[in-house]
Amino acid sequence: MASQSTQAAPAPSLFELYLGFAQISVSAFGGALPWARRILVEQRKWMDPEDFATTLALCQFLPGANIVNLSIAFGRRLHGWAGALAAVFGLMAAPVVIILTLGSLYLRFGQIGSLKGMFAALGAAAGGLVVATAAQMAVPLIRKTPVTAIPIIVAGFVLAGLLRWPLPAVMAVLAPIGLILAWRMRP
Amino acid sequence: MKTSILTTLAFQCAILALLAFGGGINTVVPELQRQAVDVHHWMDARTFSDLFAIAQASPGPNMLIVCLVGLKAAGIPGALVATAAASIPTCLLTFVMSGFWDRIRESPWRPVVQGGIAPVAVGLISASAFLISKSADHAPLLIVITIATATFCYFTKRNPLWALGAAAVLGLTGLVS
Repeated sequence: MASQSTQAAPAPSLFELYLGFAQISVSAFGGALPWARRILVEQRKWMDPEDFATTLALCQFLPGANIVNLSIAFGRRLHGWAGALAAVFGLMAAPVVIILTLGSLYLRFGQIGSLKGMFAALGAAAGGLVVATAAQMAVPLIRKTPVTAIPIIVAGFVLAGLLRWPLPAVMAVLAPIGLILAWRMRP
Repeated sequence: MKTSILTTLAFQCAILALLAFGGGINTVVPELQRQAVDVHHWMDARTFSDLFAIAQASPGPNMLIVCLVGLKAAGIPGALVATAAASIPTCLLTFVMSGFWDRIRESPWRPVVQGGIAPVAVGLISASAFLISKSADHAPLLIVITIATATFCYFTKRNPLWALGAAAVLGLTGLVS
């Protein structure tokens, strides 16, 4: 098989759509997007890379979880309401059952001995995961537009992280400033 | 009384999800923590950081932290209400907006909006990283775990589950707390 074969596969049925997003959901540890790309673009060839990038841009632009938005946008494009529902239920069903099982076990047994140590260590690692995500998003942005990016990033960190402002207040202050800076710096 | 918790959960989760621009749920974790711990007293900061860890270590969208917050606040009904409330409004919005997407693809204001929102999202995620780590790291070895995980995930392309698994095993030995 030629590796550059980008021939699109035939459009999936509702059930295939459900299964595809279910596969993404149970593979997706620590962030679903790399898996969504691997499965939708590389394995099943339902989207080409550019299509994936543009659809993802929309989903990042809209509020909510990016991967949930992606399932809605892609499912809708193929099969309207039914497609959106098939994709989003495929994405959510198994993870909700798994997380409720783990959460119930934690709330029942989390306070005993060695498990307490395990959850403490897991919590510390989860913090590190978010630190890495923040750095991966910040570095390219700072390289690309340092003058606008650095003050806004620092202000967001200080207002939300140190001063603990409510989120609507942070957005109300920083979003307009970000938009004005981006408008003035546009090519 | 139970009903009022469910109403509050539904309202807060819907608002939070609608405010989660740019970086998904991680941008609103500080606000979720503020609501769950400081405002409504559904749990202490330590429990919140444990639940966040479970959500990170589980498969599926990271937004499912709201499912666990709902579970702790009001049991299974709370979990389902919180998850539905965080999903439905944003899904409806995406459904409608994805229909308009092709028409605004060439619009000059689209990159401006993207460029203006992106640093705000990064600032909020940095705040999340700080707050989550702060409430999780109550022993020196835990700080080491946070730094090691961040380094591993930043510099390698390997599945983050390796780091979470290693941390869990280290925690089971009883060395960390």
